[in-house]
Amino acid sequence: MTRFLAITRTEVLILRRNRWLLMATLIMVLFALALTFAGSAPTGTLGVDMLTVSVASMTTLSVYLAPLLALMIAFDAIAGDVDRGSLSLLLSYPAGRGEILLGKFTAHLAALAFAMTVGFGTAGAVAAWFGGAGPESLMALVRLILTSILLGAVFLALGYLLSALARGATAAAGLSAGLWLVFVVLYDLGLLGAVVMDKGGTFTQSVFPWVMVANPADAFRLWNIAATEGVAMASGMTGAAQALPVWAAPASLLIWPVIGFALARAAFRRVEP
Amino acid sequence: MTDKALIIDHVSKDRGKTRVLDDINLSLAPGQRVALLGHNGAGKSTLIKSILGLTPIQDGAIRVGDATPGSAQARRETAYLPEAVSFHPALTGREQLTLFAQLSGAKADVPGLLERVDLSDALDRRIGTYSKGMRQRLGLAQVLLGQPKVALLDEPTSGLDPISRQDLYAIIDELAAQGTAVLIASHALTEVEARTDRIAIMRKGRMVADDTLTNLSALAGLPIRLRVRASANPDALAAELGGNRINGASVELLCTPEDKMEALRHIAGMGDAVADVEMTPPKLEDLYRHYAQEDL
Repeated sequence: MTRFLAITRTEVLILRRNRWLLMATLIMVLFALALTFAGSAPTGTLGVDMLTVSVASMTTLSVYLAPLLALMIAFDAIAGDVDRGSLSLLLSYPAGRGEILLGKFTAHLAALAFAMTVGFGTAGAVAAWFGGAGPESLMALVRLILTSILLGAVFLALGYLLSALARGATAAAGLSAGLWLVFVVLYDLGLLGAVVMDKGGTFTQSVFPWVMVANPADAFRLWNIAATEGVAMASGMTGAAQALPVWAAPASLLIWPVIGFALARAAFRRVEP
Repeated sequence: MTDKALIIDHVSKDRGKTRVLDDINLSLAPGQRVALLGHNGAGKSTLIKSILGLTPIQDGAIRVGDATPGSAQARRETAYLPEAVSFHPALTGREQLTLFAQLSGAKADVPGLLERVDLSDALDRRIGTYSKGMRQRLGLAQVLLGQPKVALLDEPTSGLDPISRQDLYAIIDELAAQGTAVLIASHALTEVEARTDRIAIMRKGRMVADDTLTNLSALAGLPIRLRVRASANPDALAAELGGNRINGASVELLCTPEDKMEALRHIAGMGDAVADVEMTPPKLEDLYRHYAQEDL
């Protein structure tokens, strides 16, 4: 049991040492602040407080940034050790492959959580200070932070999967970029195209919301939007959220990390260093 | 309970269509130092990875003490030094070794171990700043963690300067003295010659030799080289002994180990005509060439 914590401790050390933690936190803070100020214009017209608008903007930001940051750490997790020749040595120790993966995951998730909490927290605090906040918008901020961490967990696990499947860290980095593009950009474009072609038929009515929520990035968006009326209004995305039962988006976002980790674990088992 | 630290019993392994390990037999008693020689691609590293349970074998069985390769017990009892090992450049030597100590579950004196491999100065420096030899020594330090039953060293001398090599063999002797069976895959023939109890030679996935150096020499029937320096007339000496004339005053002849004493008596009987006799037994290099290249 203490073995995975030894791995965790070392991985946290590496993330701090190579400035990843600092850079990620800085990126989160800067983007969140920029969006909060840029997006504060419609406050008056919608009749919601500034924090609500800020959360809506940051939700959109997090859909792109959380997967990106997660993949940036995860791609190297297995392939990097293979490249360095240190994986065979690590595996000659009594720690099992599951323990090694869990140790890395814990460290990486903690680092992501730190960056998300500091980044969104700072922007949220600034928004609340300048434009007011209520219990509902504070709830929305906490939800945003927690779901962002979950979204990060999904892409950490998927990153490990690619890292185990790829031949070398460079290939893993390339695959990760592709994965990000598919889940975050192309998937939605494809769905949009399908909806336009369908012209409001059965696909749009009954299939589309489910296909959408199956993508963890969209599930993240739907969860945050459906939960708060103000955020939904501010982001202008109410239709899709209303077509699904309340549990659909949370279920998707909670199941994905488990599936991803299981897949990564299975792929890692087959890696011959 | 077996009295062997490591048993490799009729092990075969295929990679695609090629047979990378072909019916390998090898066993190591506790405290034994065995050199594993062979060309690149002969299967040395693959054999070591099979012993670690990192790569599956198709046939045969491997036992580390009483455990199967890859089991928790086997991994506790095995130490491993990979070929040209490298660690995460952002960690310091102390942090890296502390991780290994925690993973092995052994109570370890990390600074003491690093001192043992001459890295005390670099204790808190990043591994990224280490030279190749320093990384190799750090790798060696983690072999000393716990009290392994079996130590598998893959090219341990690569990147080491001559003094570090001497230290390396001192450490190997220490390991052997505490009862660890040490298997050393190596190219550095001259060092291995003096420092190991037995020599195993692999060629194209097959074990072509496994014995002590003396027995291997006898088995190979490689000639002993006698160089006789004449005091006055080398031509007469050459005619008498039937060897080749070399460099002015000397005669060189080759004889089998059985004929050696006969030849020496003959030379001694020639009295004043002989100024000096030099005898060279076959070197490991000759033996290696004999076993690793010849089609047996």
